[in-house]
Amino acid sequence: MDWLNQGVQGILLGGHFALFAVGLALVFGTMRLVNLAHGDLTIVPAYVALLMINAIHFSPFYSIPITMAIMFVVGYLLQRGLLNRVVQSGDVVGVILTFGISIVIQNALLLGFTADNERLKAGTIDSLSIRINENLAIGWLPLIIFLVALVVIIGLQLFLNRTKMGRAFRAVSDDQEAARLMGINTKHIWAMAMGVALVIVAIGGVMRGIRTTFDPSFGSLSLIYAFEAVIIGGMGSGWGTLLGGIILGLSQTLGARAFGPPWSILTGHVVFLIILALRPQGLLAKTVTS
Amino acid sequence: MTKALETQGLRKSFGGVLVIDDLSISVDQGEALGIVGPNGAGKTTWFNLITGAVHADGGKVLFQGKDITGLSRHERCRQGIGRTFQIPKPFSGMTVFENVLVGATHGRRMRERASYGHCVEILEMTGLHDKVNVLAGSLTLLDRKRLELARALATDPSVLLLDEIAGGLTEAEVQELIEEIRKLQATGITIVWIEHIVHALLALVNRITVIQFGRKLCEGDPREVMSSQEVQACYMGGTLA
Repeated sequence: MDWLNQGVQGILLGGHFALFAVGLALVFGTMRLVNLAHGDLTIVPAYVALLMINAIHFSPFYSIPITMAIMFVVGYLLQRGLLNRVVQSGDVVGVILTFGISIVIQNALLLGFTADNERLKAGTIDSLSIRINENLAIGWLPLIIFLVALVVIIGLQLFLNRTKMGRAFRAVSDDQEAARLMGINTKHIWAMAMGVALVIVAIGGVMRGIRTTFDPSFGSLSLIYAFEAVIIGGMGSGWGTLLGGIILGLSQTLGARAFGPPWSILTGHVVFLIILALRPQGLLAKTVTS
Repeated sequence: MTKALETQGLRKSFGGVLVIDDLSISVDQGEALGIVGPNGAGKTTWFNLITGAVHADGGKVLFQGKDITGLSRHERCRQGIGRTFQIPKPFSGMTVFENVLVGATHGRRMRERASYGHCVEILEMTGLHDKVNVLAGSLTLLDRKRLELARALATDPSVLLLDEIAGGLTEAEVQELIEEIRKLQATGITIVWIEHIVHALLALVNRITVIQFGRKLCEGDPREVMSSQEVQACYMGGTLA
């Protein structure tokens, strides 16, 4: 039964990883930008929420919509003002620039908030769980995060496949030059893509702040998990990213069960490497064609 | 009457190579103008200067009498300039219908629902109506060329630039395409057509301009121009007698 419990926790954890990974995949998909600052951008919303909660004592859940709006504006302006300049300069320039942004964010957070652990206090929700039997209990918070991830991914797919703006994202992803000839302002679309990516990150970031403690150094690990989830699933597919997140989550929790807790993260990385070696295009390869 | 499209003294060089050299060409409303010239003459670059893909070093692009030299590509599209690529660039991960829909909604700034009718009309006119749900990446060359045309039309252009749209097609396919372009011409769209398949041009255009080394060599009545000694010489690569 213990295995089953770990399995369930792993799947729920996977939803959490997917919530961070989807934004990374969206940005890569629309503009082929490898955003190394993505991990650090996932902790920014937690600090934004922290500021709000300290100022006006309300539940962190209420801070989510406001944080989403703030992160959208941050993403839009960051892309329009800075990142748009490197989208067409080849992979390396983008990597260097986003690496720089990552360092700036980390150090700004250290300056502003110190390296102390913080947590968004949400009352009793983080300890409530549904008891299935004596060995299996599902925490409300992980369950909510998983369901939110599911809703976000379904919503993103609907947006991309059914709306005017979503189709513009896909058109720009397929051929920038042709998209411009269709009257699409690619600079605006890239900025919207970054905005949407950070809106999703805001949801995940605040949720994680409620679930665990965080500090300014958390970004790098988030980035690695997000990359692993995206690559396992296959670049550019929302469902693939969810599957990738779940596989990563399962590897970590089952690894902990099999070899002991210290081995959990390493097991996740090893499973990732095995999948990368055997199926480099990802499991649900809807690979981006050139 | 204002010209549909006019370039005045355009200049463009890439590195040290002067590709467009003081090129002034004007197109009347509703006219079909053919552009010919040897490879590397600067025909496609001239198109790129008109759509804004390349920025001119000097000179002006006028569209319906307005100076559009400073506008970006998507703005020029919304003004009413449509263009097809020599090598089709479909949105390959999207269906034929979606490809056209993107042009209609973004080029004309319309809502999706409101533009469905327009899209269906265009797909029927270009003969793609039975392939609406096919992924654009899996189309044959003729259908890709038709999609280029359909997508450009979806943006509701008043001037349509065709870049070697007949290239690579069989003779029967060329005939089909000519018929489709003739229908467009009848709707009053101004057409500028770069083409190496001369008989296709002769079947349709009112006037031909010959470009060589980024300059205008000559222009006039299609048959007269194509039979002139100058043009024969530049095409055959021979020297002028």
